[in-house]
Amino acid sequence: MLLLVTFFTFSLVRLLPGDPTETIIPFGTDQQRAQLSKDLGLDKPFLQQYVNYLGVPVLKSEGTSGLLQGELGRKYATNQPVSDLLNQSLPISLQLVIYAQFLALAIAIPLGVLAAYRSGTRTDRAINTTAFAFLAIPNFVLALVLSYFVGARLKWLPTAGYQPGWLDQFFDPDRGSMIFSGWEDNHIRYMILPVITLAVGQIAIYMRLLRSDMIATLQENFITMAKAKGVPNRRILFRHALRPSSLTLLTVAGLNIGTLIGGAIVVEVIFGIPGLGTQIAVAISAREYVELQSYILVLAFLFVMINFVVDFLYIVLDPRIRRARAAA
Amino acid sequence: MPAPPPDDIPIPGPEGQRDLDRYAEDSLDSGLAVAQTQLYVSAVEVGGEGRRRGKGLGLGAWLAIGWLTFIVAVSVLAQLGILPLKSPTESFSECARLGPFAKEGTAPGHLLGCDSNGRDMIARMAYGGWSSLVVATGAVLFGLVFGGILGLLAGFFGGKIDAVITSVFNVFLAIPAVVLALALVAFLQGAASSGSGGDNVDPKLLLILAIGIVSVPLLGRITRASALTWSQREFVLAARAQGAKPMRIMVREVLPNVVPAMMSIALLAIAIAIVAEGTLSILGVGVRPPTPSWGNIIGLDRGRIKESPHIVFLPAILIFFTVLSLNFLGDVVRAKLDVRESAV
Repeated sequence: MLLLVTFFTFSLVRLLPGDPTETIIPFGTDQQRAQLSKDLGLDKPFLQQYVNYLGVPVLKSEGTSGLLQGELGRKYATNQPVSDLLNQSLPISLQLVIYAQFLALAIAIPLGVLAAYRSGTRTDRAINTTAFAFLAIPNFVLALVLSYFVGARLKWLPTAGYQPGWLDQFFDPDRGSMIFSGWEDNHIRYMILPVITLAVGQIAIYMRLLRSDMIATLQENFITMAKAKGVPNRRILFRHALRPSSLTLLTVAGLNIGTLIGGAIVVEVIFGIPGLGTQIAVAISAREYVELQSYILVLAFLFVMINFVVDFLYIVLDPRIRRARAAA
Repeated sequence: MPAPPPDDIPIPGPEGQRDLDRYAEDSLDSGLAVAQTQLYVSAVEVGGEGRRRGKGLGLGAWLAIGWLTFIVAVSVLAQLGILPLKSPTESFSECARLGPFAKEGTAPGHLLGCDSNGRDMIARMAYGGWSSLVVATGAVLFGLVFGGILGLLAGFFGGKIDAVITSVFNVFLAIPAVVLALALVAFLQGAASSGSGGDNVDPKLLLILAIGIVSVPLLGRITRASALTWSQREFVLAARAQGAKPMRIMVREVLPNVVPAMMSIALLAIAIAIVAEGTLSILGVGVRPPTPSWGNIIGLDRGRIKESPHIVFLPAILIFFTVLSLNFLGDVVRAKLDVRESAV
């Protein structure tokens, strides 16, 4: 799977017309270019280049290092290693996505349960209609609305900028954490608006999904049984019904990380947050294809990993799957 | 079997969900196939209630149709030059940055004001609507045709063909859609500018291709799931028993049944594509100025939101209502089609 992604991005970048050496040394002589092309291994056949890029031991050319050695390439313009840029920007985006995911689930789960419990009533309809409207607001519109009204007009929160949080220091030791500092330059203060922007669309999706799933679960026999035993409603909803219904929600929440990362790009650009999204946008406008290739690869890697974790969580949440796997 | 949930995944046939489940278990990424479809469809389902399954469309649907007709009519008529609009590229220096709610006051003679270059907002939004709609519709058509063909092939033949097509879809789906679209635009731009045509290639075409390619696996997956269930029905078996060739069965028996599922997704997909155009424009790779699109009107003057909020918020409102209408109609269409399917 990941191998296919690497091959796809690699081909995309290599098939790109134009000579990368022209981007690196625009005023170099032909001789210099030929030398550089040799240094970068661009004179090799396509498949050999791909093997070098992956860094497959034995098969790769002498003295080169590829992905398996942790080499993500360098920026053409500044010769900065892409891994350095990643260390600075990835934790920012990760925090943004994690906060947004948690906020969305924290709001969507109770709302979904409530809507399922009260299905068909006015409460249900009100929650639904609101969710429907929220779903039609593009990320960038919400980002602009919030930054204008809450940021520029009310001046409650900053409209741009970033302060490092708890995750940054693990990637980049030079950065401290600004999570416990004063309110003026606190990490959280800068994250509130972007996180709300990202979370709103997700809330609608999660809530709807949980609602329809729970309505089905609530009609199962074991729920009737629990009711007959006199289990309190709250316990039935959150202990008996939520657990089987959370499987679909979990899968979608895992898959949605991709959507969130995509949303994070535009949100980061609008709120001036120097995360991976901003880096990607900059890399594209500067035509830094190697850099872009590495970013896409990292994102795809994260995405596939998250879905592995989700598959694992299935086993934890659903005893039926656990037993089926144990038997197999 | 418990009573069916009120809004199931729109997979036709009573065995739809079970087949899909069984199939998903076979595939390597167990939950992924089902969930991807559900994720996409869950968006359609918001607000999808049994109450709209009756006769008539209801007020909401008529409002949505009205709004979309208005938007399409204005953009088309503006493009044909029939409407008495100002030029979308002509600057009126005296009205730059002015408009309703702008810091420097309203602009006389321009009902909705002007952008930072003094270009009439009404004209820009009308012409911009054309760009946005052409890009969105074109991209979805591209996705429907190619995603439809691939999905149909995968769902109908199964086996190796399915495995290959599905893994190609998975590669695309492993890259976040916005990132993929951005990369494709960058790639296509590079390809176009070094090709023979130079910069003459219409940037709209690049956008259609980029967003279209991104939508192929999404629409393809839905088609595949639908084709998979329909291919197992008795009438397909009957056709096969009568000696019909696979191609004929696929086109004559399966395709007509798959089309409704695709159509109900198409409206939603157009909505997503409109947002995608806007997102790409804000990131600076959308429709190239001075040609307006809803997205690039916002993108160009995003920095002036404090002084002239109208430049950003007017197209934003247009996008919001258009997306809302499309989502709503997609929902209604889906509910209607379900009725027809259950009547068969």
